[in-house]
Amino acid sequence: MSIGTFIIVSIVKILLAVFILLTAVAYVVLLERKVVAHMQNRWGPTRVGPFGIWQPLADGLKFIFKEDLTPPYVNKPLYMLAPIIAVTTALTSIAVIPVGPWIKLGSISTPLQITDVNIGLLVILGVTSVGVYGVALAGWSSNSKYSMLGGLRASAQMISYEVALGLSLIGVLIYTGSFSLSDIVNQQTGTWFGFIPKWNIFQGQIVAFFIYIMAAYAETNRIPFDLPEAETELVAGYHTEYSSMKFAMFFMAEYANMVTVACLASVLFLGGWTGPVFGPPLVQSLLPVFWFALRVFIFMFIYIWVRGTLPRFRYDQLMAFGWKFLLPLAIANIVVTALVVAVK
Amino acid sequence: MLALILFFIFAALCVGGAINLLVQKHPINSALSLIVVMGSLALIYLLLGAEFVAAVQVIVYAGAVMVLFVFVIMLLNAGAEERLSQGSKVATILGVPALIIGFGITAALVSHITGLDRIAIGGPTVMNGADVFGNPQAVGHLLFRDYLLPFEVTSILILVAIMGAVVLARREE
Repeated sequence: MSIGTFIIVSIVKILLAVFILLTAVAYVVLLERKVVAHMQNRWGPTRVGPFGIWQPLADGLKFIFKEDLTPPYVNKPLYMLAPIIAVTTALTSIAVIPVGPWIKLGSISTPLQITDVNIGLLVILGVTSVGVYGVALAGWSSNSKYSMLGGLRASAQMISYEVALGLSLIGVLIYTGSFSLSDIVNQQTGTWFGFIPKWNIFQGQIVAFFIYIMAAYAETNRIPFDLPEAETELVAGYHTEYSSMKFAMFFMAEYANMVTVACLASVLFLGGWTGPVFGPPLVQSLLPVFWFALRVFIFMFIYIWVRGTLPRFRYDQLMAFGWKFLLPLAIANIVVTALVVAVK
Repeated sequence: MLALILFFIFAALCVGGAINLLVQKHPINSALSLIVVMGSLALIYLLLGAEFVAAVQVIVYAGAVMVLFVFVIMLLNAGAEERLSQGSKVATILGVPALIIGFGITAALVSHITGLDRIAIGGPTVMNGADVFGNPQAVGHLLFRDYLLPFEVTSILILVAIMGAVVLARREE
């Protein structure tokens, strides 16, 4: 492939990925409102289009037309910078996630991910660890006690759970021997006895999977770990002073991070795009993407389900859970996995 | 060629961030400048083909250590520092250029004597996988085969340091 086609293919893939991610973010918000509403015996949005399916567009328009307030006495440059950091890092980490195997279009063959780097997992961890600054700086620069407390809570919580999150992935890495996400998926193809898929979750990584999920919920500030924006104590936490599109950027970043977490969970533990493939060539090349999207959808549903079910932790419980339970469990998982691999 | 252009961009960012770190009066601006320095250093590592080190640089320094810095600054609500003495005018005007020239001459001499200047920038390419020296496999082999003992001893040292910090911080009166 020449350098020209490479650049064109990359740009097309980037535009597609950002478009799909933002659409997914908009519709996850709708899904959340609908599902939580039905769990609470309400209808949720119904007015804009059938079943309220145009609600995300209406929300977007509303955000754009709202007055963009900048409160006095904020630290202006950082106040502007914070939502930019949050949304940029949230959208960047999708770049290394593979949604399908290689496809061929005429003479061009390309992987269904923006770029396949052999440190893919580390890129995601690095980008998300920089994303903490968006939240921390938003809390600090707003010059408000609620924002400040929210920002402090968020940064402490995110660096604490990042440790458990990172360690929970090591078991998978020991099995695969590669940081490349497409290698990790390729290693999970095939079945045992013809029906049990060789996903990492069935290869003894089930404990790691649950550690990952819990740490990821904390990383994305979702219930039951949404202390940084606990509305009963902190109004809205770190984004209290933000309005209009700047608030919408934090909102988008939170949901984009949820989608990334779901993608990563399906790649690392649930076999990524693997699944039965049949039919004519076009269907064959699109089915893996469908299986991947299905996994991500189920994950988002569980996210919303948990949100509609569980109460919020107390802050000391949150810290104790992260450091005294999840971290030792993750380390034990690494030791056991390493022993099993060594014995094999 | 591209590698050289990128190197100069990130090197300029790195030096600019470092100077800004010293010039800024408010601690949080200094901390953010330090993050820029760490980030551009990671990209320079990437240009040299050391992908693993680049990623770890971002995760550990830009992501974890600097978050703690920012956290402490936020927690103490540290304000802008007050400069009591103005210092000498000559030092203010000539200090930075003199330092740059002095450091440049030293660096040129050292790199010429040790032969560092004959290593091409852009180095081993990132593209052709297998036996590049900076990829995770190579780093893993070095750490866990050739330098296993120093690696483990260092980890024990770090553990002792952590425990020492905990003991000192929680000393009962």
